Parts: sequence; structure tokens; C-alpha cells
Amino acid sequence: MSVELDVFVGNTTIMDEEVYQLWLDGYTVNDAVKVRMEGGVMDECEASKDVLLSDTMDQYRTFQMCERLLHSPAKLANQLLFQIPPHRQIMLIERYYAFDDTFVREVLGKKLSKGTKKDLDDISAKTSVTLKSCRRQFDNFKRVFKVVEELKGPLVENIRQHFLLSDKLARDYAAIVFFANNRFETGKRKLQYLSFQDFAFCAGQLISNWTVGAVDNMVEDMDVDLDKEFLQELKELKILITDKDLLDQHKSLVCTALRGKTKVFIEMEGSFKNLSRGLINIAAKLTNTKDVRDFFIDLVEKFIEPCRSDRWSAADMKLYLTHYTNSAHILDTFKHQVVWDRYMGVVKSCIFKMYHD
Amino acid sequence: MPGKLKAKIVAGRHLPVMDRASDLTDAFVEVKFGNTTFKTDVCPKSLNPQWNSEWFKFEVDDEDLQDEPLQITVLDHDTYSANDAIGKVYIDIDPLLYSEAASVISGWFPIYDTIHGIRGEINVIVKVELFNDLNRFRQSSCGVKFFCTTCIPQCYRATLVHGFVEELVVNEDPEYQWIDRIRTPRASNEARQRLISLMSGELQRKIGLKVLEMGGNAVVGYLQCFDLEGESGLVVRAIGTACTLDKLSSGSAPNTNTHMHPNTAPASNACNSPSKDGKEPVFVEDLPSSSGPPTPFRALPTSSSPPPFSPSKPCSRQSSSSDTDLSLTPKTGMGSGGSAGKEAGPLRTLLRQQTQTALEQREFPFFTLTSFPPGFLLHVGGVVSARSVKLLDRIHNPDEPETRDAWWEEIRQEIKSHARALGCHAVVGYSESTSICEEVCILSASGTAAILNPRYMREGCLDIGCTDHRFEEPSPPNCGFCHIPYDELNMPFPAQLTYCYHCRRQKVPDVLFTTIDLPSEAAVAGKGCLIQARLCRLKKKAQGEANATAISNLLPFMEYELHTQLMNKLKLRSMNALFGLHIQISVGENMLLGLASATGVYLTALPAPGGIQIAGKTPGDLSSEHISSIQKRINDTIAVNKELYQINPPELAEEGVGSPIPEPRHRSRLFRSHSESSDELSELDLSHGKKDAFVLEIDDTDAVEDIHSLLIDAPPPTGFYSCNTENMPGISNWTSGVQMFTSVRVLRLSNANLTNQGLNKIFTDLCENLLKSFYFKLRSMIPCCLCHLNFTVAVPEEELIQVTVTAVAMTYDKEQTQEKTAEKPVNKGSLEAEEQLQFPLELCADSSSSNIQTASKISGVGESTNMSPRAASVDYGSFADRCSTWLELLRLKAHTIRRGSVKTISSLERCSPLQEGRSRSLRSSRSFGGSSVTVVKMTPLSFLPGTRIIKYLGIINMFFIRETTSLREEGGVSGFLHSFIAEVFAMVRAHVAALGGNAVVSYSMKECVFMENPNKNQAQCLINVSGDAVICISETDQESSASTANTGQTGGSETDGAT
Repeated sequence: MSVELDVFVGNTTIMDEEVYQLWLDGYTVNDAVKVRMEGGVMDECEASKDVLLSDTMDQYRTFQMCERLLHSPAKLANQLLFQIPPHRQIMLIERYYAFDDTFVREVLGKKLSKGTKKDLDDISAKTSVTLKSCRRQFDNFKRVFKVVEELKGPLVENIRQHFLLSDKLARDYAAIVFFANNRFETGKRKLQYLSFQDFAFCAGQLISNWTVGAVDNMVEDMDVDLDKEFLQELKELKILITDKDLLDQHKSLVCTALRGKTKVFIEMEGSFKNLSRGLINIAAKLTNTKDVRDFFIDLVEKFIEPCRSDRWSAADMKLYLTHYTNSAHILDTFKHQVVWDRYMGVVKSCIFKMYHD
Repeated sequence: MPGKLKAKIVAGRHLPVMDRASDLTDAFVEVKFGNTTFKTDVCPKSLNPQWNSEWFKFEVDDEDLQDEPLQITVLDHDTYSANDAIGKVYIDIDPLLYSEAASVISGWFPIYDTIHGIRGEINVIVKVELFNDLNRFRQSSCGVKFFCTTCIPQCYRATLVHGFVEELVVNEDPEYQWIDRIRTPRASNEARQRLISLMSGELQRKIGLKVLEMGGNAVVGYLQCFDLEGESGLVVRAIGTACTLDKLSSGSAPNTNTHMHPNTAPASNACNSPSKDGKEPVFVEDLPSSSGPPTPFRALPTSSSPPPFSPSKPCSRQSSSSDTDLSLTPKTGMGSGGSAGKEAGPLRTLLRQQTQTALEQREFPFFTLTSFPPGFLLHVGGVVSARSVKLLDRIHNPDEPETRDAWWEEIRQEIKSHARALGCHAVVGYSESTSICEEVCILSASGTAAILNPRYMREGCLDIGCTDHRFEEPSPPNCGFCHIPYDELNMPFPAQLTYCYHCRRQKVPDVLFTTIDLPSEAAVAGKGCLIQARLCRLKKKAQGEANATAISNLLPFMEYELHTQLMNKLKLRSMNALFGLHIQISVGENMLLGLASATGVYLTALPAPGGIQIAGKTPGDLSSEHISSIQKRINDTIAVNKELYQINPPELAEEGVGSPIPEPRHRSRLFRSHSESSDELSELDLSHGKKDAFVLEIDDTDAVEDIHSLLIDAPPPTGFYSCNTENMPGISNWTSGVQMFTSVRVLRLSNANLTNQGLNKIFTDLCENLLKSFYFKLRSMIPCCLCHLNFTVAVPEEELIQVTVTAVAMTYDKEQTQEKTAEKPVNKGSLEAEEQLQFPLELCADSSSSNIQTASKISGVGESTNMSPRAASVDYGSFADRCSTWLELLRLKAHTIRRGSVKTISSLERCSPLQEGRSRSLRSSRSFGGSSVTVVKMTPLSFLPGTRIIKYLGIINMFFIRETTSLREEGGVSGFLHSFIAEVFAMVRAHVAALGGNAVVSYSMKECVFMENPNKNQAQCLINVSGDAVICISETDQESSASTANTGQTGGSETDGAT
């Protein structure tokens, strides 16, 4: 004797958020039943294991049928197959597009290709996110990437409108798309201490200041490609380190401002030239795609690590960079104030964000 | 040329990719009606094509309009090969054919393919221009309204109830035609869908004609069924109740408040007998003696006699026009029939004869309705049912479906005679069903024998009859229907009678089984609950005649056992009446399944049920210890159930209650019989069993099993109640949460040598587990009640048992219930005090006649004393709220604007008034998140809590077939059926939304036939659903929209007049 067929269909589609999460997390039906049993739902309504199994199966089926619609969330609102109240629709979409920070950290900056997809089982093993969930998240990244690739207008807004996501989630996706497009290196050991949110913040800074869209908001790919002209102009900043007078002048201005305000003044003074060279060399090299990819690793190697070994506090860092940026404005012979601000504004906030353990 | 059908194809969306190369589709549309086909242009390379076609016009007979669906086919254009079909939409034009329903069908419809399911959507607009055809020999019946609802629809009032209508049409099943061997499954499925659509159209038209012949304008309680007889053909049959309905203008919504305090109206005493008409507002009628045309079942005046009130005082309850009429009626006041029913014996008989003749003139005095206006139902005799086993043969001449007609005729005759044996002249809550396995078919019919109020009769009781009814025993509405209709000295079966626990004057049985809903005026203690009896019986596989005989031999035993189970379970819950009883017997190759569902309730008019006694057959059989332990368990269960269902019947003064009449214990109210294919009628009196129903004898292990199974039924978890009727006894304060659902479970019996006992256990567990699943799934709705739980069982294959359930979960306000129940008697009392105690409070009513006399004297203000029996016949206090609607309807009538005769009614113009109301309601649902899809609620009940139905848009009757050859890929049988049911829901909702509606009431899934062949990776399923599409508005904003609708209506009629 066995149950051959067992379905339950409501006019308003019944969905349990807990089961939805289990499904998203890639649990098998049996595992999900176990989790639910441990969660204590059985005590409500005197349910038995069979009841729980049947309910879980029903819901899994419903989610599977909905999945197709979730791939283009706009369809969910005007499809006729499932009657789902709007607040539930929002929940379904938001959760479907949510991702694990540990997982996204692994694929951030990688090409969203079949090759990467093949590595998902390794990532799954490493992050202990189920393979099924990894695939869903990866496919989401890829889908969003593909759609916004061809759209004009602001990236975050496009993602939000096209996938009906919350602002926060849309920003995260924008970061992922941006990283994937520019193939930023994030996987090196030295960058391991950085979380996805650190990178997402930096991506936000880069998108709003360094891309084509920062100056012109009606071109294609405006928010994914860096502003080439700007990158060219960055070369001009080299004068700050190649002109010896300028370098000394800059240093003395910064040191005067810092003196007595920090415990690591000696170290700051000592490493000024090195640090300044580091930052400006990064800027000057950004015309090369290869060096763009290494932007974050360079920031860490050339700036963050030296400071850290000198035991600067975060406040020291802030103080130093503020004065470093502002002092350049006082240099008479330095003519590239606009480019300097555009560059340092982003670098400064990125370093603030990245300067932690 | 009575009609012009116009269709416009606007756009498509979410179309499937038909061209792999481009990932796009070149879609175009064919629009077909009858033999005419139009095509749109091809919209190249788009998954969201915009056709924006011209209006395709079809000039057709209204007969065709009724029969044919509009068929829309979406295709993918292919230059080199044949065009590929994407899918189809069938649109039933019927709702456009009567003036009060929908005026335009416009919206997104899912494009459906029988192999692939829903494939995108298409936006279509359909209109009909009808020309009035006065040809009296016409074959069409446009304008007759159909309702699935089994009560008088909310925004109508019944002026006349004509009675039973039935029809059946037969055809060959395309699936079994020779051509099926060479055509694709898709073509075959589509042929079937189309044929059934045509047949239901034809059936509806024919029934409509019958209704017109009877002088009615509507069919209420329309029940249409399919019999897939396989080789021998396809039968579509329908039954219903013909009525004349009057639409109420929505502005004059019944306002209950008005009726709660009727005496506050200063004018009430000015009228000659306010008290009387307070009691009788429902029965207000034209003078029975008036020379007007005889009208059947007259409930309310049709002609508008000049109302003796000004519309400016709408709240005065004496506003009934009949009031004056009644006072003028020559009263043949003879004796005080009110004192005691017994004394009125001879008169009653006389009266009964008259009513009987009135009804006998109808072929079948049957009513498919399950709930009635107060006062309609006088007495209920009990359930009558008949079954017959037939051998199917090929239907040779589809135009003359004589055999099928004859079969049903026979069954109906039997029902009629059973009803007569119970002393009843009518059958209410009547339904018919079949179960088919190979060439054997069980036809079943059941209903509730009843006596209806003679005032509703047409012929035979015009003058005298109507006056005579005053000598009908006074039957307070809250217990009157329980009083036995049959003669106690000449009872059709042995029964234990007592005097009514309410009025103490009439005899009542100890238990009452009915197929109807609990009358709203019935006095009930505590809450109701779902009671099911389940039974499996193995039978040997056999062929033809032998098989039919075997089945018909088994049937009586099954009925007997189901009945015993029901009775025991009823006792176990400490209840004494069953409503909504539905017994289904399903036949399979090697077994019969029986499932009886009903809602148990404690009627305070009936005696309290005794407990259940356990007895060993002989003292030495089983240890007395064992017996006493079982006895204890049973007693405990009864106590727990009493608590659970809050059954605390009012304490009764013992002396008032007549001692039970010494009569053999009553066992059965169920009157049934069978006839087998040989047409031999075998009577079996269930009550002649030698065991007593309430003494369970343990004579063998089987009996022990039985008792155990009795105790297996788990009560619903806290916060849940369940019933299978329209109303949940004891709960009325619904909140807005509504969740309709369908669940299907199929069990495979792998164990080849099962016993009856083992099977019973499996079957019982299957049903119980389903219920448990529902409770669990719907736990977020607590406190909640599962209403209208409708179980259907089938044996689709040798070792499969299929159970299909459709029900609705509704939330209610727990706090309020308690408050209400606590306050109710108090309220009633105070209300009655205000009313100068027209009738003693029923709870403390004394049976002495002197008391009644006093009461009637008080009530008969300004009325001659010969009115007194009549006054006493209705208990005002409890009656007031019930008849409020009816009173209000009456009042409204005065406001109703009669439309002039209109030659051409353009649907466009017609739609204007309600469009407004509709867009209002739709907008509110749309504002919901800005989604473009209208929320459509569905419920198997006739109402949606917290809302009022302002318009019925027409009947929804849809038939779908879905087939797959890639079962595994679609998620196995469960995945396949799950998506199919979801698709059916979606298509129903889309059609309702296109009609401008926002809800489906009286929804039911009548057929869900599932067949699979896992080895071939194939499955097929047929589903038939029906319901009434409506517009309902939330009760809170009804004031405003009602007024809008009202003005709209006035405007509308003006427009109509101008045309």
C-alpha cells in the first residue's frame, strides 16, 4: 500500500516561508522534513511525519512550478497560474534572489561562465552551501548580468526595476555585475579577509564615481565600464611623485598637519613617499585592463599592508588620507585637482572600508 | 437572425518559443464560431504580439449562441510546413445572453493546450447584440438564468418556485470513435472538449426551454454531470429547480438593523395588525382568493398592489402590501387549531391531501435547493434514496436517449414513492449521481422527504387551502421542521417518538437525517461537526449480468453498515441530527467503496441522544473487564466531544416532556431500496435488524475492530471545526479569510489478499489523514472552520483508491462567538419583551394551550380572534432577523424601476450601469500591489463572508482534458495533476475576471477522472468544474457603492428605453 498521488492546491497559493527557505537552501524533501520536525511544527496541529512529508512535497512542487516565473519576476505579477498576494510575491522574489555572502565571495570577480559553473561543486564543498543552492545563486548572477548588460540607464535602477528587488539587494547585484564585468581579482589570499560587503561598498563607490555613467547617464554599459578618459587622465597624477619638489612639498604639508595628532607620526612621516608612490602608481596603471583587475590587491599590498605593519589605527588612517588628499590642493604647481579628487575620493573611502582585520 | 456576436483579438503575452532558431514566435489567431472562421494577421517574431484586430462579426441564431462556444486558436505561422497550434481558448457566450448578467467579456485568457497546459495568455473582447425574438416556437431559451447555488441567490428574490427540471443529452464519445486510432491525442482531446462544451450548451438551452414553458425565468441549484460511459457513449445530464426570480436593485440592500428594532417605527401600530405582519412578512402574498392567474409556490407578491405605505418610511415593517389584503381575507376561523396538533388531526389530513394533489400534478415534486426561505419548509420526514444497477449498452440513437431517460424516471418514481411513504409530498435537497465501472453503472438519487408550506402551492389550495393552513399545527420555526410529517399510528417504519422538546405539542423522532442545510431558524446547541462513515467491500471480478447482480446484492449491506456507522458516530458526538447527508457508493472492478458524509448537530427540539451501550453477546464470551474498559473509553469520548462541540442543551423540565412512546427503537430514517438491472425492486427495511443501534454487541473480533475504528476518528485540533454544509452550526461571525482548495490522493493497494476489515482500515486512514493534512496546512488560519468539505471517492483502477476533496477554510472571530452564544438568549428575551411577548420564549415555552391563547390575544391587536391560531404559528422573536431580508426585498420592490420593453438591447449600453460598480470593486482589488491580475476568490459556498453579492454574471461550467506523454519530466503523477488543477483554477479565475467578476460562489469540481500508465510515461486527466461568477463588494463599503449602482441602474434603464 502506497500513496500513488498526493496533491493539494489552494485557490490562493499556500506557501510556508520556512519551507521556502529550506527549498532555496537546497535541502532534499526528506532533509527538509527532518529539519521541520526538529523545528517543532509537529506539535502545532498534532501533525505526524506523513502529514509533514506530504505538505513538504506539495510546497516543493509549488516552488518548482514558480521557479520559471521567478526567473523573470515581472511575470510573477501578471501571470495567471498562481494567485499569490503581492506581499508574498515580493517575499518570494527577494528570497529567491538572496544569496550567501560566503558563496558570492567565492565567485566575485570571476567570469560568469560555464567554466566557473563547473567549479561550483568545489565551492559548495568549501562553503558548505548545497550545490543546488550554489547553482541557483550562480544562475541568478548570470541572469541579472545578461539582462542588464544590454540596458541603458543606471545599473542599480535597472536591476531593481527588472527584477523587482529591494534597493539593498539591487545594489549588491550591481556590485556583483560590476565585479564580474571588470573581472576584479578578489580571490588572492591577501584579500581573503575582506567580506562581500566590503567589496560591494567599494563597487558602489567605483560605479558612482569612476564609470562612464558618473558623467553621462544615457550610454550603454554606463555603470559597468570604467570611464576610459578618466583613466587616461590619471596618468597626469604621476607628477606628484616624479616631480621631486612637488613630492617634498606635499610631504611637508601633510606632516605639518599631522604633527602631534597621532601616535604613529614617526611611521607616517617615514613611509610617506612610499605610500604616495604606491597610490599614484596604482592610478597611473589603471589604463591596463590587467592592472584594473589587480586594483584591490594593489591597494592592499601597496598601502594597507604597510600601514598595518606600522600599526596605524583606523583613525590614523582616516586622518592621514584626509590630509594627504587635501594638501594636494594647496600645491601651486599641481593642476589636476579635479582628477585628483575623483581618484582620491574613491580610493579614500575604499581604503577606509578595507582597513580592518 | 437573432444575434450578432463580435470578437476582437487584442494582444498576446508570455507566448512560448515556437521557433528554436530565433527563439521567437510568429503568432496569429483563428477565431471560430459555428462554421465561420476568421484569422488575424501574423504578428512576426514576438512573444508578446499586438494584433489589435478588427471586430470579427458572426451573425448567428440564438440557438447556436447558446450551444456553441467561441473558439480561439493561437497558431505559429510557418511558411514551409503546417502551422503549429500553440493552444486554444473556449469562451462560453452564455453569460452575455441575459440582460442582467455580464455585458462584455474582456480580459486575458490563458491559452490552453491539452498536451502542454497553459502556454501564454491572450487578450480578447467579446460582445453580443441580441434582437428580441418573439417566435413562440423558438428553440432557444436565451434569457433564462442559471445558478449553481442551491439557495435563492443573494440579490434576487423568488416570486415563484416552479419545481423540478431535468434533461439529458447523449452522444458518442470521440475518444472511442474509430477515427481516434488515426488522429493525434491532441486532436482527440480537443474533439472531446468541444463536444462536451456543445452538449452542455445544448442541455442548458433545453432546460431553459422547459423553464420558459413553466413560466419561470431561472434555474437555481443547477447540477450538471457527465457520465463517461466509455464505449457506450457520453451522457450529459442536468437537474435543477425552475424559479421566477426578481432582481433586487442593489440600492435597497437588506438592512438588518431595521429589523432588529421593528417596533421603533412609530407607524407600526397604525397599521391594522403590526404584530401579525411582523410574523408573516415572508408569506405576504396576493390574496389567495384573488382571481389572478394561479401561481405555484407563491412566496411574494408579483403584482404590485398599491402599498399602504410611503417609501419614505422604508423601515416600517408593516410595509408589506399584502397586509391589507390579509385583513380583508374572509377568515374561515374554525376552532383553535393552535392549541394542540393532535386535535387538528383530521384537518391536517385534509390539508395534506390538498397539498398533495397540488404537488402530484407535477411529475416530480423535487427541489434541488438545500436551503429555503424561512417558512417554506414545514416538516422534514427524513432521507429518501434509491439506487439502481444498470448494464450499459451502446446508445444507438443519440437523438432519442430513451433508455437513460427511462432509468432516471424509474429512480425518481421510486424516490417519490418513498417520500409518500414518509407522509411527505415533496423532496428537497435532491441530487443524482452515477458511478461507472466498465459496463456496470450505479445510478443513485437521494433527497429529503418534506412537507412544504401549502401557501406556496399553486393549484388545489388556492382559497381554502390557504386559509386552512392556519389550522396546520402551530409550528414554531425553530422546531417545526423536526415534527414528524407522517402519521404516528401508521408509521412507515418503527421509530421512537417523543414530544418536541421545544413546543411540547408535536411528536419528534429521536434522530433526524437530512440532505439539506440546517435551516437558519433551527435551534441548535453547541457546534456542528463533520461525520463520515467509510466502508470498503470486496467483490469478485465478474462480467455483465453476473457482475451487476453481485453489486446489487452488496448494496443493501453497504447502506446498512454506512448507516449504522453514521448513527454510532452521531451518538458518540452526543448529537441527534445529520444535515447535508451525502452517501456515495463507488464501484470498481474488485471492490465497492462507500462514503457517507454529513454534518452532525444537536437540535434542541429533539431528545438528547442516549449513550452507547456495549454488551457481550453471551456473558462468557469476553471478559466483562474488557467490555467495561471499552465502555469507559466510549463514555469518555462522548464526554470529551460534548465539551469540544460545546453541547449544553438547555435544561428541560421533565414533566413537560412526554414519555417516549413505547415503540420498537428507531434505527433508520433512511429509506432506501435498490433495483437491479432486471428492474426488480427489492425492499429492505433497515430498521428490522435484530440488534439495537445503540447497543453494540461484541460477538466476535470483527465487532471489536468496528468499535476500535469508531474511536479512531480524531477530533479536529484546537481551533478547527469542520462541516460539509453551507452553514456551520454554531458559527456565524466569519471574518474575511477564505481559502478554497482541492486535494486529490490516490492510494495503491499492493497487498493482493486484503480483507474487508483491512480495506476499511486503509480507507478510513486515507480519509482521516487527508483531514489531518488540511488542518496542518491551514494552521495559519486558526481559528477557522473547514466548510463544505466535499469528499468524492473513486476506484479508477483495480488497486487504486482515489479521494478528491474540495472545501473552503474560513476564519472566524473566536471572541465574538463566545460572546454571542452567551448573550443570545438574553437578547432574544429582551427583544420579545419589547414586542409585548407575542409568543413565549421558546426555551421556556409551556405546552399548555391556555398560554398560547393569551399570547395570541395579545398579538391579535385589532384583529379578530380567529386570527389567533395563525398568530401563534410563528414565533416572532426568533423570526425577525430571518425574514428581514424578505421584508426588505418587499420594500425594495416598491422602488424597483420596471423597464419598458426594449427591442434591441445593445450590450454596450447595458453594461454602463454596473460597469461603474464593477470598476469600483475591481479597482480596489487591483490597487493591491499594482498587479494587473484581478484577485478572484473562489468558494463552494453560496456566499463570501464579509461581502455582499451585487451581481450574478452567469454560470461557469468548464471541462478540460490534460494529457501527457512525458509524465516523469513533469514531476510524476503528482506534479502532473498539481499543475493541471492549478491551471484549471487559473482558467476559471480568468473567465470570471473577463466577465467583470471578482469571485466564484457555489464552486464545485464535479469530475476529476485521472488515468495513468507509468510504464508508457503517460497520464490523462479530465476535470469538470462549475460555479456562479459574481461581483461582490465588501460589506463595509456597500453603502456608497450601492447608491452608485442604484443611480446607475436608473440611468441604465433610461438608456435602454431610448434605444
